Amino acid sequence: MKDIFDFNIGIKKSLLYLFLGGLLLSIIGIYQLINSGHGHEESTEIVNAYISDDGHSEFHWYKRVYSNLWINVVYFLGISISAIFFVAIQYVSQSGWSAGILRVPLAIGRWLLPGSVLMLIVFAITNHDIFHWTHEYLYDKSDPRYDYVIDGKKAYLNLPFFLGRMAFFLGIWYFFYALILKHIAKEDKLGGTESWKKLFTISTVFVVIYAFTQSVAAWDWVLSIDTHWFSTMFGWYVFASWWVSALALITYMIITLKDNGYLSFINHSVIHDLGKFVFAFSVFWTYIWFSQFLLIYYANIPEETIYYVERLESDFYFPFFIVNLILNFFFPFFFLMTRASKRFTRFLKVACPMILFGHFIDFYLMVTPGVLKENGGFGFLEIGVLMVFLSAFLYVILSGLTKLPLVAKNHPMLEESLHHDI
Amino acid sequence: MDDKGVKFVIGIYEDEDVLLDAISSVRAKGVNIYEVYSPFPVHGIESRLGYKRSRLSIAAFCFGFLGTCLALTMMIGMTTIDWPMIIGGKDFLPLPVFIPVTFEMTVLLSAFGMVGTFFVISDLKPWGKPKTFDLRSTDDKHVMAIEIEKNNMSEAALKKLLKSNGASEANSKLMDE
Repeated sequence: MKDIFDFNIGIKKSLLYLFLGGLLLSIIGIYQLINSGHGHEESTEIVNAYISDDGHSEFHWYKRVYSNLWINVVYFLGISISAIFFVAIQYVSQSGWSAGILRVPLAIGRWLLPGSVLMLIVFAITNHDIFHWTHEYLYDKSDPRYDYVIDGKKAYLNLPFFLGRMAFFLGIWYFFYALILKHIAKEDKLGGTESWKKLFTISTVFVVIYAFTQSVAAWDWVLSIDTHWFSTMFGWYVFASWWVSALALITYMIITLKDNGYLSFINHSVIHDLGKFVFAFSVFWTYIWFSQFLLIYYANIPEETIYYVERLESDFYFPFFIVNLILNFFFPFFFLMTRASKRFTRFLKVACPMILFGHFIDFYLMVTPGVLKENGGFGFLEIGVLMVFLSAFLYVILSGLTKLPLVAKNHPMLEESLHHDI
Repeated sequence: MDDKGVKFVIGIYEDEDVLLDAISSVRAKGVNIYEVYSPFPVHGIESRLGYKRSRLSIAAFCFGFLGTCLALTMMIGMTTIDWPMIIGGKDFLPLPVFIPVTFEMTVLLSAFGMVGTFFVISDLKPWGKPKTFDLRSTDDKHVMAIEIEKNNMSEAALKKLLKSNGASEANSKLMDE
């Protein structure tokens, strides 16, 4: 049994190729974008009449790059923090079944620190282009572009408070992650149940804090892009998307590690439970997504329906809207319904990457229509930036995986995990 | 006691670990076990008894699908075909509005159907009479029942086999079919 993950030169090389390929595609994408002028500009949609603020909706090629950067920053940071949340949940519920696999979500959490730094940098570069509310003139009554609705939200949506919240959330999440890491390393060294009890307390506090901060973070980072619009379901919606992506990634990584000779002590029952998680939370995501949609559809208030008008009435976004539903609901629902499909890895190996890509599309649909309006596109640039981020993300989490042994040999419930049987 | 009915040999076990081992060794001798009764769920007993996976989930899917169809038929029949009404400015066929009711009906019929199927196949139906080989299986003893006619061994040999595998008692009992 191989105890420590070997991050060998072969894997590093393929990550480098992924990175270079992504970079190349991004450059091709940017080149295309500059040469094609504005693509489909000057839309006459009712959408723009409502949202635009005289002269600001002008489209520049770099706006599409920024929007892509922000989608990837939020998506990968979310997966990372959700993986830490997974670890915390296991300790809070005092689960035994998962004791053997906790090192994988713990490694995914390593992205939290670089991801946070990236988020701050990307926000510093892109703030005006992505977040409409950051413009000063919106709050200036003498300016013709003064916006009465956004001015009403000023107490919450202002730069110092926003940045303070962002720093606070990222900081407190990292603080708890570092605490969890510290006690897990201590447990490896000293054994006993002392660390496990400490981790229970830490995780309980973290889960409570995360529940509040995650919701607010979702409003800040994603919802505030569509500044006029709001949805009370949004925090949950983003949570569900992050969470099911993290579960799919954890499952996929465990299966891949097992195929490569690591984690040989993980049996089919553990994989089955992970598959159930992926299946169940795909349905949970749909439930939240649909609840948000149905209320707005039913009430039919223009201020609210605009969000879906932008996505459904647009010839460009409508296919994504459908693909989003197919990849994140219909496909996992029917594909992972039977017991065999969750128990045998070849089904999960197809389903998990599809779900991960599906939730990338979900975030694409959350961010792009608000930022780019009708100028959105999906081509080399989107794929390229995703590949660049993916390679960096994988590099960080795989090198994180080498830092601790793959088996938590002193976890008090390890035996239960090894003999897990359902 | 008359001779009508089917004759069983009944082994009484005190401990579930002894029971699990006994099941394996009795089955290894080629004996066909009729059923094992326990006061509480014993982990891993199904695989020891060689049970096939329950097909209850297939029944659940079928009942759920029936619920989906019924709900959609009902709502489309009422609000689209029979008496079209404009509600909230929506179409006569507002599918998103139908989804919650469809979902509820699917879950309801799936759950009811599953419970009903389970009751019928495990002899808990109201008109059925559950088999009780030994009343102590509802208290603190595990009971293994073996139908004598279905096996090649004699009653005495079966009793001896059960005793040698840790049964605290081995009795015989006539049950009416």
